[in-house]
Amino acid sequence: MATEIGKEYVGVQRIVGPLVMIEGIDGVGYDEMVEIVSDDGKLKHGRVLEVGTKAAVVQVFEHTTGLSIGATKMKFLARPVRIPVSEEMLGRTFNALAEPIDGGPPPIPKDLRPVSGAAINPTLRHHPSDFIQTGISAIDAMSTLVRGQKLPVFSASGLEHDRVIAQIIRQAKIIGKQEPFAVVFGAMGLKHDIADFYRKSFEESGAGNNVATFLTLADDPSIERIITPRSALTLAEYLAFDVGMHVLVVLTDMTNYCEALREVATAKGEVPSRKGYPAYLYSDLAALYERAGQVEGRTGSITQLPLLTMPNEDITHPIPDLTGYITEGQIVLSKALQGAGIYPPINVLPSLSRLMNDGIGEGRTREDHRNVSSQLYAAYARVKRVEVLAAVIGEEELSEIDKQYLTFGQHFEKEFIQQAPDEDRSIEETLNLGWKLLKHLPVSELTRVKEEQIAKYLPKD
Amino acid sequence: MHDEPVGKVSWVSGPVVRTVETRGVHMLDMVEVGDERLIGEIIGLNGDQATLQVYEDTTGLKPGSPVYSTGYPLAAELGPGLVTSIYDGILRPLKALADATGIFIGRGVRAPSLSREILWDFTPAIRNGQEVTPGMIIGTVPETERIEHRVMVPPNVSGIVTSVAAAGKYKVDQEICRVRTPQGDEVSLTMLQRWPVRQKRPVARRLPADTPLVTGQRVVDCVFPMVKGGAAAIPGGFGTGKTITQHQLAKWSDADLIVYIGCGERGNEMTEVLVEFPKLIDPHSNRPLMERTILIANTSDMPVAAREASIYTGITLAEYYRDMGYHVALMADSTSRWAEALRELSGRLEEMPAEEGFPAYLATRLAEFYERAGMVETLGGSTGSVSVIGAVSPAGGDFSEPVTQHTSRFIGCFWALDKELASARYYPSINYINSHSAYTEFVADWWKKIGGEKYNWEAMREETVDVLRRDDKLQQIVKLVGEEELPDEQKLILDTARILQNAFLQQSAFDEVDTYSVPEKQLRMLSVILHYYHRGGDVVKRSIPIYKYQQLPVRNEIMRMKSRIPNDKLEEFDALDRAIDEQIDALIAE
Ligand SMILES: Nc1ncnc2c1ncn2[C@@H]1O[C@H](COP(=O)(O)OP(=O)(O)O)[C@@H](O)[C@H]1O
Ligand SMILES: [Mg+2]
Repeated sequence: MATEIGKEYVGVQRIVGPLVMIEGIDGVGYDEMVEIVSDDGKLKHGRVLEVGTKAAVVQVFEHTTGLSIGATKMKFLARPVRIPVSEEMLGRTFNALAEPIDGGPPPIPKDLRPVSGAAINPTLRHHPSDFIQTGISAIDAMSTLVRGQKLPVFSASGLEHDRVIAQIIRQAKIIGKQEPFAVVFGAMGLKHDIADFYRKSFEESGAGNNVATFLTLADDPSIERIITPRSALTLAEYLAFDVGMHVLVVLTDMTNYCEALREVATAKGEVPSRKGYPAYLYSDLAALYERAGQVEGRTGSITQLPLLTMPNEDITHPIPDLTGYITEGQIVLSKALQGAGIYPPINVLPSLSRLMNDGIGEGRTREDHRNVSSQLYAAYARVKRVEVLAAVIGEEELSEIDKQYLTFGQHFEKEFIQQAPDEDRSIEETLNLGWKLLKHLPVSELTRVKEEQIAKYLPKD
Repeated sequence: MHDEPVGKVSWVSGPVVRTVETRGVHMLDMVEVGDERLIGEIIGLNGDQATLQVYEDTTGLKPGSPVYSTGYPLAAELGPGLVTSIYDGILRPLKALADATGIFIGRGVRAPSLSREILWDFTPAIRNGQEVTPGMIIGTVPETERIEHRVMVPPNVSGIVTSVAAAGKYKVDQEICRVRTPQGDEVSLTMLQRWPVRQKRPVARRLPADTPLVTGQRVVDCVFPMVKGGAAAIPGGFGTGKTITQHQLAKWSDADLIVYIGCGERGNEMTEVLVEFPKLIDPHSNRPLMERTILIANTSDMPVAAREASIYTGITLAEYYRDMGYHVALMADSTSRWAEALRELSGRLEEMPAEEGFPAYLATRLAEFYERAGMVETLGGSTGSVSVIGAVSPAGGDFSEPVTQHTSRFIGCFWALDKELASARYYPSINYINSHSAYTEFVADWWKKIGGEKYNWEAMREETVDVLRRDDKLQQIVKLVGEEELPDEQKLILDTARILQNAFLQQSAFDEVDTYSVPEKQLRMLSVILHYYHRGGDVVKRSIPIYKYQQLPVRNEIMRMKSRIPNDKLEEFDALDRAIDEQIDALIAE
């Protein structure tokens, strides 16, 4: 990078949190990358957030500690932030700017790509419809994952989301197909032990050589997290659309990412919208989440599995709320279920897969899938209402039919949602299990499934 | 004028750019910024300083860069070729952009909205020497099998025709007519005309809206009806069904033309329309749905300023086809993203925010937009309409937020989507207690013509709503004591409400038969359910235990009729009616 030509200045005007204001500059462009050298010779990186005729605001990715008003050197690189990309990056670990941090040499780049990406032309998207079997019944039957989908996991602190995500990565497959795949793992503000957990889990499953990791740990400067998902997605786009691989991108934890954005906005003194988050949070998140899918004429795909923790398990908090408005559904985990000893603690009612309809049915999963799933939803939703009623009037006072729903609900949670962390159920098994549980209800209640399906799949005895 | 800079960039922050040494420009002029000539618009003027919003990514843009003016405001190109096309928010054809820059949308790409190459089959409708006034039809072009494009005298032109093209093939920018104005000017007219999108197109007068926009969605048509020329809002948290509802209306409603705006939403949802609509057959014309559809896709990853513009470009196209005498339905998914684009830009302009960071002019902008809906007599003397259906995405699903609140003042239909219904996969998740339609009484006459006295829409609707209301009240009691405690008359209400909800109001967009019901089917279904209910009254009156009524085999038929009886086999409802009477008579006779 030392060969870059650019404009260099010494001395800045003001340093506020992660921002540096510099004056007396000329010919600097918006969103340009900046190299910053602190008094003690440390190299840092940044980008231009705002630029006037003589002044600019620069956001520094690393800590601004060590920068002084008088001696800070700034070099404007006349190009946006970009990273090298290549297949060789698989099996390796990088910092947010794609510099290796695993002790190995830098991979030889095939290309340099700006991390901010660009909008995909909707006329060239290919509508996703390939069913991914995760082996987890609550997902496969109820909120089916489809290749090219962006399906986040909404969790809360203390929940076993890492175990769930690791299980999905391990078990995910397209039935009957063996195709080149890769995992790009973007970690933002991750704790060391969790980072280790994922590394081990990848190694144990033998997928280690297909995983590229971009790691910013909990004790790394928070502003780096703003670049991490962008770098991860930039590599993913290269692997998917240039190399032709099926890429699964895991981004964790998006809540940490959003907090870093808020930090910058606050330092700039911007007018906040909800809970102090900037008004552009929706657009900013969309620019990340929309970098998923399949496109015409390319074989690869990007499937996104972002994770976020809902502050106070509040799904209306701006981070899950805006995410849910952008992504193609969500898998919601629940403390109540985990408290009841259920793994994976997936709360199916608020969970949703918007692409499910195109990925299931005859020729994809099974012709009864849509109806069984809908029936299970209707029944389980009723279970939750009956539980509330039972708490008021007592179980004995319930009508006969409500009691049957309660029984169904217990079996549904214990047999259908619950499964072992290494239990990989086929979609056939999952759907048959669903039918078996519907047996706890009178046939007259099963109005969302077709009569011919009842004849074919509902166990007879 | 294009090549002399009119100012210099002095400051850049995302989509907002300031200039100095600016001269010879007007508020809302379209401009081109920098060497890449990014497209923008002037949104503020102060002395020689201007504020611009730029419709493309401004990465790399430097202070000192030149700014050029186009001399006119953001305007839509109007003419044949719009229908079946897909555009971005400032009406650049996305297919042409794809040809230019591939998968990812590049910057500074220019492409005209209408092809300059296609030859259109023009048939004149006026003669030399004829006097013409605004809105009169100059000639027609078969734009698609479904849409006859009526080339009109523009709103600001009138006079005597001095020449008109003979029937034949012409490109959009070829002259097809000349008019001498009363001032003695000769105006040359082509099939291509321009209209500034932020200005509503003039009409002769507004007409009362009393024809339903038939959507084939039973909860809409029979409970909260929409009218042609009306305005409706679909508020709902994420995943409650706003987009699918909009898609359903775009597919099945009896409008002549659909303008579908994807405003700040998912790319895949637009792709889905692009893939599906050419394959689906419009039941009203038996032609592919795409032949009556215009798409505007400004997805959430595209620049935010163009998102703001997309609402205006969309409604301008709708008005243009309305002026030809068509009934146009416009769907905007989501108006909240537009409002948030206003907020985002307002924030960057450092304006004083009002509620929740939204600018103080939010309500005015929403009002202006919904005001552009209406049934009208056009300048040309025909009748046309623009119906507007806007999705609203309230933050946190909370309807008390400013966009939902302000919107509710300017619309006639409020279809409130309900999170709990959606999570039970009960769709459409329109909550019948919180929703309303101000158009109910206006459409009663239309329905009378369809159903007559036998299938009296107004009476059946009233009874349906009454049962649902009483059910809602009873549910409060049920929550405390359980259903078992209630007398049989009240159980009958709960039971009927359940049948109405599951066998009538719930309607799956993904079920081949159920996805769309013709009005006659809707009436027959309601009539069957209410007949069963009335006969249930006979049962209860005779103190026969209600569970016997609930266990009659005909009930299963009723629960399944929506997806069993197709739109063209309505006579099968006769058998259902008979079965109800037979089985209940037998029960009473026991
Ligand atoms: N009328 C309907 N019939 C069947 N499914 C529906 C219907 N409306 C919504 N859904 C389901 O709900 C999901 C979310 O709906 P969508 O319209 O995308 O929600 P929103 O736009 O409000 O976020 C869809 O993917 C679909 O599975
Ligand atoms: Mg939507």
